[in-house]
Amino acid sequence: MTYTRPKADAVIVGLGWAGSLMAEALTRAGLDVVCIERGPYETTNRNFSPNIAADELRYGARREALRPPSVETLTFRNHRSEVALPGRDFSNWVVGYSVGGAGKHWSANAWRFLPSDFTMATRVKERYPKMKLPEGLIVQDWGVTYDELEPHYDRWEKIAGISGKAGVLNGKVQPGGNPFEGSRSAEYPTPPLERSRWNDIFHGTTEKMGLHPFPIPAGTAGAAYTNPLGINMAPCTYCGFCGLYGCGNWSKSSPNACIIPALMTRKNFTLLTECTALKAEKAADGKTVTGVTFIDSDRNIGFQPADIVIFAAFQFDNVRLMLLSEVGKPYDPETRTGTIGRAYNFQTMSYGFLYFENEHMNPFISTGALATQVDDYNGDNFDHSDLGFIGGAGIMALSDQATPMGMTDRVPAGSKMWGADWKKAFSHSYQNYGKIQGQGTSYAHAESYLSLDPNYKDDNGQPLLRMTYEFNENDRRMARFIKGRIGDICKSTGAKTWETVAFPDQPFSPSRAYDSGHTIGGTAMGLDPATSALNRYQQSWDAHNLFVIGASSFPNNGGYNPTGTLSALTLWTAKAIINDYLRQPGLLTR
Amino acid sequence: MDRRSVLKAGLVLIVTSAAASIYRPAGAALRVLNGGNKWHAKETLPPTPVDASKRVFLTDKEYAQVTVIFDRLIPADELSPSASQVGCVAFLDHQLAGPYGRGDYRYRKGPAQHGSPTQGDQSLRNAAELYRTGLSEFDQYCQATFGKGFESLSATQQDDVLERMERGDVALATLPAQGLFKQWLTNAQEGFFADPIYGGNKDMAGWKMIGFPGARYDYRDVLPLKGQKMDIRPVSLIARI
Repeated sequence: MTYTRPKADAVIVGLGWAGSLMAEALTRAGLDVVCIERGPYETTNRNFSPNIAADELRYGARREALRPPSVETLTFRNHRSEVALPGRDFSNWVVGYSVGGAGKHWSANAWRFLPSDFTMATRVKERYPKMKLPEGLIVQDWGVTYDELEPHYDRWEKIAGISGKAGVLNGKVQPGGNPFEGSRSAEYPTPPLERSRWNDIFHGTTEKMGLHPFPIPAGTAGAAYTNPLGINMAPCTYCGFCGLYGCGNWSKSSPNACIIPALMTRKNFTLLTECTALKAEKAADGKTVTGVTFIDSDRNIGFQPADIVIFAAFQFDNVRLMLLSEVGKPYDPETRTGTIGRAYNFQTMSYGFLYFENEHMNPFISTGALATQVDDYNGDNFDHSDLGFIGGAGIMALSDQATPMGMTDRVPAGSKMWGADWKKAFSHSYQNYGKIQGQGTSYAHAESYLSLDPNYKDDNGQPLLRMTYEFNENDRRMARFIKGRIGDICKSTGAKTWETVAFPDQPFSPSRAYDSGHTIGGTAMGLDPATSALNRYQQSWDAHNLFVIGASSFPNNGGYNPTGTLSALTLWTAKAIINDYLRQPGLLTR
Repeated sequence: MDRRSVLKAGLVLIVTSAAASIYRPAGAALRVLNGGNKWHAKETLPPTPVDASKRVFLTDKEYAQVTVIFDRLIPADELSPSASQVGCVAFLDHQLAGPYGRGDYRYRKGPAQHGSPTQGDQSLRNAAELYRTGLSEFDQYCQATFGKGFESLSATQQDDVLERMERGDVALATLPAQGLFKQWLTNAQEGFFADPIYGGNKDMAGWKMIGFPGARYDYRDVLPLKGQKMDIRPVSLIARI
């Protein structure tokens, strides 16, 4: 059967970081808000208490906190000459499947992007007028600047209780922080975490090399803290069950811990759980949307009418919902026209895996974001004039691997992977292993894009999203350069052996171990409707009452995790809706 | 408006407890959460401890085959007992009988097509089917090659066959040898390092081998002991439920 719910002022699809931040802002402004969430309602204390969460088989190996591919997956191919095939098994696509979304299981690396990440097109013209970028590379400004986002970054950090050390405060460089970061208006709300033994080694090594190490900002409370919504957080216990797990301590920042307890008290907020949004419906005039159609847990079809529709699902699903709703023109790689699915980008990883002697790294003392980083080679923090690429990477000593099943392959190159020799090697390396991660920028390319798959469908009979992606030459050159810098650091650490790798040296595969889950873009924001799906307020150029919030809006990825930036962008859009759109509904960029 | 429509509209359902026991209202209406009211979270229960004395999936022959294979992958030595001695085969047996064995997580819609290596395993098989077919084809291979089963080979011969499986240098009737070997190794190591509540890692022998403290969940007290040997006694979820 089908039914229609009472009309709302705004309907939000997805209650992860983006959806819950938007819901908090809109309900506080007095709007009647309904959120449609695919997963069940879960809470910190009931669903991931310490006696349940500390279970590597359940959450690390079987990935119970994630959306199983059987519910929905993607199809994938490296090039459009191939037939895309579904990701059938677990992969690097780590999508949430409950209230809180990916904000529940994230690793809590809580970054701001560099000011230059938002304006690279302008920056290249000004700083590198002679640089020849590879054919087809997509470099375009976001239409919003770091300075415009700064107050929203600050607000999100305060809501989430982010721990860290400011590097640049009101324009002045601070000791102990990241001297390359954009200027901040305030210190982090909670102090940085205590460094691990491995963080210490990296800190000392890079400092001696003349680089600038600092503790990374983390969504793991550095002290007991009360956020602006009146919610209490407890100090992180370094338990080691972090990324892929829910936190049982009220320590890891999440929508569940930091925002939803406030939404729960607001009478103008309604949450439809276990309801899957199918698409937005277009109005007869084609210029607006009227609401969202969904399928509920009884498999009945519901319709939620609303004046404003906000897609706040995972990046993949935002793009898929736009394609299924037929708002905007799908990207066509043949003619290189259309915007929905265009400017898909990713994260370009490089690594150093190091093995020491006679160490006690005690890796079980760990969080998803227990890291010391240098940003000397990130973004445009260094001169690229003669390098032949743009971008860079944050290079960090990351103590996020604590539990044994996920580390059984952490033995020096050439070791036997089973039998008595492996037992000996792994028993030794568990306490002697260190990881340097180069988390690199990613630029989009004309040949990498998202579209609807012609062959494979989900349980609701809707086509799966199809990903066509391969690393481009710019990002390949960048990763090789970063691999070299990681090698320089490895040499100076005193490790006995190490190996370094630049991921783009092999074809991209969604199931390659240690690759990133940061899948970005597809409904890029920007200044030109010919090359962006959304304007600078993440508002659809083609339906002015439809907003799409999330990492799907980034035309390129910084050398950082995306959550902080997508959260700041959400609050920037919320402000535009409340202050401007409600007063005069229409395109905000007139 | 009929009763179901009322439910669907998200209106409050009032039933007596007696009525509730006979009439189960449509689920979707109960899953509408309104601000200002109590929100009911779903239930997440701790795992039920595995009774390792109960056989639930593997046949006697399969159980014996897996025991020999796993004990070459994780043999007994001065560092720890063997895989089977700490319950890895019982662990596997129970895993194969549950959602993991059934492949509940796996996207199994067709068409099944052969793809490039970057597109991953495209078979529609689940883990239970992979073991059943795989152990049978592996036995056929050993019988045809050596005139006897894997379990009757010498340890050196066994390791040699496993090394060739690992390299993909063994032609089984239908299955890719490398994929089957990887499955064995993954599950043996899972049984060795998973919480003992799942039937393996008996006496936390896997954790003790490397010095992993298990389900401790709070290390703030030892943060100042950076770089020092800690010897923290491990704890299992069994002690916490």
